[in-house]
Amino acid sequence: MYETQYHRAASVEEAARLMAEAEDGKFLAGGMTLIPTMKQRLASPSDLIDLRKIEALKGITVEGRTVRIGAVTTHYDVSTNEELAKICPAITSLAGHIGDPQVRNMGTIGGSIANNDPAADYPSALVALDATVITSQRSLPASDFFVGLFETALEPNEIIVAVEFVAPDKAAYKKFPNPASLYAMAGVFVAKSGDNIRVAVTGAGEGGVFRLKDAETALAGNFSPSALDSIAVEPDALLSDMHASADYRANLVKVMAKRAVAEIANRPM
Amino acid sequence: MGVEGIGARVLRKEDKRFITGKGRYTDDMSVPGMKHAAFVRSPHAHARITGIDVETAKKMPGVIGVLTGAELKADGIGNLICGWMIHSKDGTPMKMGAWSPLATDTVRYVGDAVVIVVADTKGQARDAAEAVDISYEELPVVVKTAEALNEGAPQLHPEAPGNLIFDWDIGDEKATNGAFAGAAHVTKMDIVNGRLVPNAIEPRATLGVYDAGEDHYTCWTTSQNPHVARLVLSAFYNVAPENKLRVIAPDVGGGFGSKIFIYPEELICLWASKKTGVPVKWVADRTESFLADAHGRDHITHAELAFDKDNRILGLKVQTIANLGAYMSLFSSSVPTYLYATLLSGQYDIPAIHANVKAVYTNTAPVDAYRGAGRPEASYVLERIMETAARELKVSPAELRRKNFIRVFPHQTPVIMNYDAGDFDATLDAALKAADYAGFEKRRGEAAKRGKLRGIGLSCYIEACGIAPSAAVGSLGAGVGLWESAEVRVNAIGTIEILTGSHSHGQGHETTFAQLATERFGVPIDSISIVHGDTDKVQMGMGTYGSRSGAVGMSAVIKALDKVEAKAKKIAAHLLEADEADIEIKDGDVRVAGTDKSLPWFQVALAAYTAHNLPSGMEPGLKEGAFYDPSNFTFPGGCHICEVEVDPETGVTEIIQFVAADDFGKVINPMIVEGQVHGGLAQGIGQALLEGTHYDDTGQLLTASFMDYTMPRAQNLPSFDVMTTETPCPSNPLGIKGCGEAGAIGSPPAVINAITDAIRNNNLTMPATPQTVWNAIQAAK
Ligand SMILES: Cc1cc2nc3c(=O)[nH]c(=O)nc-3n(C[C@H](O)[C@H](O)[C@H](O)COP(=O)(O)OP(=O)(O)OC[C@H]3O[C@@H](n4cnc5c(N)ncnc54)[C@H](O)[C@@H]3O)c2cc1C
Repeated sequence: MYETQYHRAASVEEAARLMAEAEDGKFLAGGMTLIPTMKQRLASPSDLIDLRKIEALKGITVEGRTVRIGAVTTHYDVSTNEELAKICPAITSLAGHIGDPQVRNMGTIGGSIANNDPAADYPSALVALDATVITSQRSLPASDFFVGLFETALEPNEIIVAVEFVAPDKAAYKKFPNPASLYAMAGVFVAKSGDNIRVAVTGAGEGGVFRLKDAETALAGNFSPSALDSIAVEPDALLSDMHASADYRANLVKVMAKRAVAEIANRPM
Repeated sequence: MGVEGIGARVLRKEDKRFITGKGRYTDDMSVPGMKHAAFVRSPHAHARITGIDVETAKKMPGVIGVLTGAELKADGIGNLICGWMIHSKDGTPMKMGAWSPLATDTVRYVGDAVVIVVADTKGQARDAAEAVDISYEELPVVVKTAEALNEGAPQLHPEAPGNLIFDWDIGDEKATNGAFAGAAHVTKMDIVNGRLVPNAIEPRATLGVYDAGEDHYTCWTTSQNPHVARLVLSAFYNVAPENKLRVIAPDVGGGFGSKIFIYPEELICLWASKKTGVPVKWVADRTESFLADAHGRDHITHAELAFDKDNRILGLKVQTIANLGAYMSLFSSSVPTYLYATLLSGQYDIPAIHANVKAVYTNTAPVDAYRGAGRPEASYVLERIMETAARELKVSPAELRRKNFIRVFPHQTPVIMNYDAGDFDATLDAALKAADYAGFEKRRGEAAKRGKLRGIGLSCYIEACGIAPSAAVGSLGAGVGLWESAEVRVNAIGTIEILTGSHSHGQGHETTFAQLATERFGVPIDSISIVHGDTDKVQMGMGTYGSRSGAVGMSAVIKALDKVEAKAKKIAAHLLEADEADIEIKDGDVRVAGTDKSLPWFQVALAAYTAHNLPSGMEPGLKEGAFYDPSNFTFPGGCHICEVEVDPETGVTEIIQFVAADDFGKVINPMIVEGQVHGGLAQGIGQALLEGTHYDDTGQLLTASFMDYTMPRAQNLPSFDVMTTETPCPSNPLGIKGCGEAGAIGSPPAVINAITDAIRNNNLTMPATPQTVWNAIQAAK
């Protein structure tokens, strides 16, 4: 790791100011992505601005079916939140299957979506839940927030404050983990609110998270796993690497989508 | 057996310090004035070095020295060697390319060390390493085992034309061809045994200290065999004469073979310590471990097995290409030859065998012994082809094996080995019963109802341990003898120190070796200490690998205990005024048999040291040493049965049941043996299902971290069902065969046989990842 200056910000404003003053600063949340990158000398920020002590970024609030998750909330805190589990167990279960216990105790939802790893779990949830990303400067829908591989709509000084969504009637997330990293090799989040069905896929897309519109259409007519038999998941726009070919990923997307639908169909809520 | 003697499940004495974080590893060592090293490594798989500019790096903060291979050569430090001579079938010696510890003119794999930087801190050393400016002229690259021998393939070493290191034969080719001529059925297969990265939990590390006052070196290193390290560093690399070089291997966090070899780094740090005048420590990071630890396996093989009309094996033909990487590591040549092809007879009476092995250079990390070393490759070939033959012949895989078992011992195979004892029916029967093999088809049907493909696979392996009779391995080309030494020191108050040349890096020697003395003298195990891993304490030893510590290391201890016992009895007989033959040592007392005359053990020890009243002419003291040279290899064997369910939609394999019935001869501590088997199975199953090493076509290692290289995790493994049968080994005093590698040797074919049975496609390579299995399912559709 190269030398760096550590700052602990007390407010969003202070964090933004510290960033503006820094030569080449980086916000720090759980550090589960940033610190290993620095250790490998692939990143060398002059300054680290720690967001974890900022009150405004902390905590989960549930009001009716409206959910707000502060940006520095750890995966562990999401996975164990009982109120959230009551109205949207899909997201608590998703958080409970990120990485390993160490990662879940440190990693945050803000860090995860800011990083927008194409294999990260949260992006699929946020897109399927039609969530809103609230930043220090604006609010924008998740589908606009995620731009491409490791790319978001965030401006250099912009800080993610929270994520908000309305819990759907029913939802499920099915993840096929990469055997080595345990990140998603194909993860499918299905959310159903009345007739509104949204299916979002992570881990497989060449450009990161994407909506599987054919599946949404097919499920709108017939919400059952078999409705997905006829849809085609095109390998062309899917990732292909030593762990999984595009063909295999296309198959996994379909299988995970069917399993998510089956779980919803078999569950009271 | 007492509660702490031979056969007892004594809890590991060493675990207290390990599980409370009190272990002392090389990186825990610190000496005054110690500085830190970083290596500049080649980013290219093959390139000519056209310039090395260290001037900027030398001026960086904290930098003490920046040293190159040219300076190393100028100081007379030798090239790295392979210590086992193999002769090709035409009689020519193997073609060993030069391996300079720091590359001077050519780099041959990504990770090849070029420059060492020594600085006040590790960070400064790394900063300066980045400032070293090396100019390269890239050369064409050959990575794949199958392509190394191709016409026009890029050439690695001028010494080895066509990248061929040796073209070696074993067995009788003519007799084997003759046997095939009369065959009723021949099974043919192409078999790949992929490359593995060892990944001990503790990365390699070293601390080199040069004492100018004494002109003496101390080397702390992560070694499985500190004495071999000293021998090689001294005799071949000219670091210092043995009396001026102390090598210490303190607690070592796993080796699996990868810490047998003498690598460039410890040698360079010793030299750099003299050069810079400061103690120099280097600790690999995980990426360096991936890049620059010796890898394992990497064979491609064509095999043919001939049967007569009664399904008796007539002959076996094997052709293997073994990838040794960019340089020949210390024992690399022995692995695909004498540790591999000599085991190709397996548990079967095969009248004729012929094997040909071509060892090749490629632009990849060096390959050497890794848990099992050659024997997993042999059992994989033989047990895959046996299972395949059974399918082709439409007979039970278990019964085809049984029909061909060797039952008369000693048995001379056509490939050197002389099996001394075994009972292959016993392990097969035990495993079949435990696995409920007979009830399998019912379970397959039940799984099919749940949409799962269920399969079962066997593996009846044999291996050779206790390496090895020195004269025998000498005649086969080994540069060293493979005996072991021990010294038993009884202190004046009866406590005991056992010094051994074996080295424990996870195996539990501090417990099992102590059990031998407890058994012998009836003294509590806490009064016995095991001393190992330091060339200043233990005179000489050959270290731990090849499951040799029990069969060879313990045998040396037994010989030394015999001598101590004999002297103790003489002293006791003198003190008790009895006949020496009537003295017995039991439960901590030394008695005259059949009488109530006795002395506590400690008084005999004390008498030896006060020397007030010893038999006339006897030297004081109670301390004896012994060297034990085995008369034969030992032959552990067994049967592993794996049962799997494959999810046809995703290709995911779940191991439902894994049974291992092993014959390790005499078992000293069943708990530790089970632990060894569990670990070996985890590694074997890891190879079968998870661990794949990928280099791209330019020679970059794609799987250079745990994000891409899949190590087995607890969730990938079932709860193992392990058991042992016992046919004592006739060639050593305890009847031990060895258990350290069996799990890794026996399990991979069992797993792959089970998956191929489930998916009904025999064309499957390891690791059988979900993608690989899914592809095979699609191909079979
Ligand atoms: C072994 C391992 C396994 C993992 N497995 C998974 C997995 O299965 N699924 C998965 O989804 N993820 C996985 N992860 C990633 C994990 O979820 C990380 O926590 C996440 O990628 C980053 O979150 P963090 O809080 O650690 O962010 P950091 O590493 O601190 O920061 C990451 C990036 O986000 C920026 N950032 C952080 N917070 C904010 C903010 N509030 N506003 C603006 N920018 C911000 C930082 O500047 C940095 O660029 C794994 C990580 C590891 C190490």
